[in-house]
Amino acid sequence: MLRYLARRLGWMVVTLAAISFVTFVVIKLPPGDYTSTVIANAEARGQAIPESQIAELKRHYGLDKPFLVQYWTWISGVVLHGDLGQSFAWNQSVASLIGNRVLLSIVLSIASLLFVWSIAFPIGIYSALRQYSPGDYLASFLGFIGMAVPEFMLALVMMYIGFRYFGQSVGGLFSPEYADAAWNLGKLLDLISHLWVPIVVVGVAGTASLIRITRANLLDELHKPYVATARAKGLPEWKLLLKYPVRMSLSPFFSTVGWLLPGLISGETIVSVVMSLPTSGPLLLSGVKSQDMYLVGSFVLILSALTVIGTMLSDLALAWWDPRIRHRLSKG
Amino acid sequence: MVQTIQAQPAPPPQAEPEVVKSLRDHGALPQWRLMWRQFRRHKLALIGLIVLVPIYFIAVFSGFFAPAASDSAHTALPYAPPQRVHFSSEHGLFVYGYSSTRDQETFEQTFTVDKNKIVDVGLFVRGDEYKILGLIPSDIHLIGPVKAGDPFFLLGADQSGRDLLSRLIHGARVSLSIGLVGVLAASVLGLLIGGISGYLGGPIDNAIQRVIEFIMSIPTLPLWMALSASLPDSWGPLTRYFAITVILSLIGWTGLARDVRGRFLSLREEDFVMAARLDGVSRGGIIFGHMVPSFASHIIATVSMAVPTMILGETSLSFLGLGLQAPAVSWGVLLEGAQNIRAVATAPWLLAPGLAVVVVVLAMNFVGDGLRDAADPYK
Repeated sequence: MLRYLARRLGWMVVTLAAISFVTFVVIKLPPGDYTSTVIANAEARGQAIPESQIAELKRHYGLDKPFLVQYWTWISGVVLHGDLGQSFAWNQSVASLIGNRVLLSIVLSIASLLFVWSIAFPIGIYSALRQYSPGDYLASFLGFIGMAVPEFMLALVMMYIGFRYFGQSVGGLFSPEYADAAWNLGKLLDLISHLWVPIVVVGVAGTASLIRITRANLLDELHKPYVATARAKGLPEWKLLLKYPVRMSLSPFFSTVGWLLPGLISGETIVSVVMSLPTSGPLLLSGVKSQDMYLVGSFVLILSALTVIGTMLSDLALAWWDPRIRHRLSKG
Repeated sequence: MVQTIQAQPAPPPQAEPEVVKSLRDHGALPQWRLMWRQFRRHKLALIGLIVLVPIYFIAVFSGFFAPAASDSAHTALPYAPPQRVHFSSEHGLFVYGYSSTRDQETFEQTFTVDKNKIVDVGLFVRGDEYKILGLIPSDIHLIGPVKAGDPFFLLGADQSGRDLLSRLIHGARVSLSIGLVGVLAASVLGLLIGGISGYLGGPIDNAIQRVIEFIMSIPTLPLWMALSASLPDSWGPLTRYFAITVILSLIGWTGLARDVRGRFLSLREEDFVMAARLDGVSRGGIIFGHMVPSFASHIIATVSMAVPTMILGETSLSFLGLGLQAPAVSWGVLLEGAQNIRAVATAPWLLAPGLAVVVVVLAMNFVGDGLRDAADPYK
């Protein structure tokens, strides 16, 4: 088990290094760099920036150095000093830029995750136990709809309904009267009243797919001989279901937990752009658009790290949950 | 696995025993017939297919079905509301024109239906020029104003006074094809790499699996965003379209490759593969004649589920302004105009392309579900 853990950890570091490099290549792919954005903006205002000033900018940001040197400067800063670099467009350190927003992203993602679990599991289990009942059909239908509606579409429709019929500003996190107020109970309640919409919007797609996964897994297990055996020996039905097939059907779920986190963050990005929430999503979008390479690079690095760590945690959780896997690991 | 039995040449009819003959007449349908039977039992899948076929037909002949070209604009009529088609014995089919008033305080333009202005509407009318399938020039439209250039907005107009219905129909071409092209590219990659990995095994398999794990661990959306943002602005709509397709399929192939590999690994040990090998069938013959057919239907079903995902991907990217860009039209590009909640509040019909996305993706998911059930008709 320990050897397995060590191997996984080593592999994780290699993966992260590779991801950071690929990210950097991708950001550097487009012709031009941050200075071309500056030049384009200046031209849009009808000004021209002298050649010498551009060269000065390039030197200031280290853009005149070869690619590998730029990469090394960035990654060694990240690893050795925890310094994610400087955002060109914001003229601030990336760490402080992201730090301001990442908390809200995490709150939103975790709240959505809890929402997804608390809705999807009971419905999925019910659907499988009462296969082809009206309730099952309704759940399947809603699940299909949930998977088909793009998140931003749902966000737009919710905002439209809120705007049109409740006269409420659904976007943002606070009502105007609380925006600058100090933290108090009223502000907290106001935050919650604004936050539930994005939570639902971000969670819907995940809920839909999790219902389907749970249902399919449980249906696979329900007709296996061990269920018949347990029933034959007279175990109460609910105890039987929870102890054996439901538990078995949750195994594949653990292996998807790792993917769920980045998925939620992706969903959160688009929804936050639409609803103008001050999370990390809109920041990433603006960074991508203006070739703010350290900003985007740090984002992808952080998100990848979350994914890789999430995958590992989910594998460990799976081993903890499923004795068969544990057995295989201790043997191999 | 049963296919391989069917794949063998049938004995000549005169030598056929009675049992085989009766089996052929009653029980032994070819596999595709069995699959179609199973598919038909899935009512939702059938409905999905019935919805999709006409939509694709309209998209192929978009020039004919759309009342106007995608870029023809009535600049005086931004956000004009949808018109209703009326019928009277005097005018035949007609819609009412608009009269606009401008609010003196907010300078907001509002439109009211002007019952004095009547726009005659006809079927098979002449209007904007287009090319059927990009080849044959024509200017006949299924429905449109009799006098070319009159306002005719069945779904309302966008911010530049362009007919939303026409743009929706033109946009369908890109939105509907990008999923198919992307999935095709992803399947070729997935089949090839997964096949190599599964059939050869050993260190090559190990290396390929590590690469796949690596690609899968990169978060999708930021990667899509970074890649699409790195497309040069100078690229034309067509190049951009293909670039976006490649970006979308770059991630899609990994899941398929793993699936194919798994199938190869389990099939390699099957008796019929061993039999073929002992018979002296070549390696290519075993792979393409025996192994691929026995999991092809599964692959098709898996792949069909990826099409809607790619459509949603394109829509999201274009919506964020990173995918296709105007003057190209796709549903995502159209929805970009609905990003602002104020615009949506004054012109809720701007969300129509979103509705189209939902309908198409829903129908595709149903069909994919049916295909998955039908993939193994012997269950």
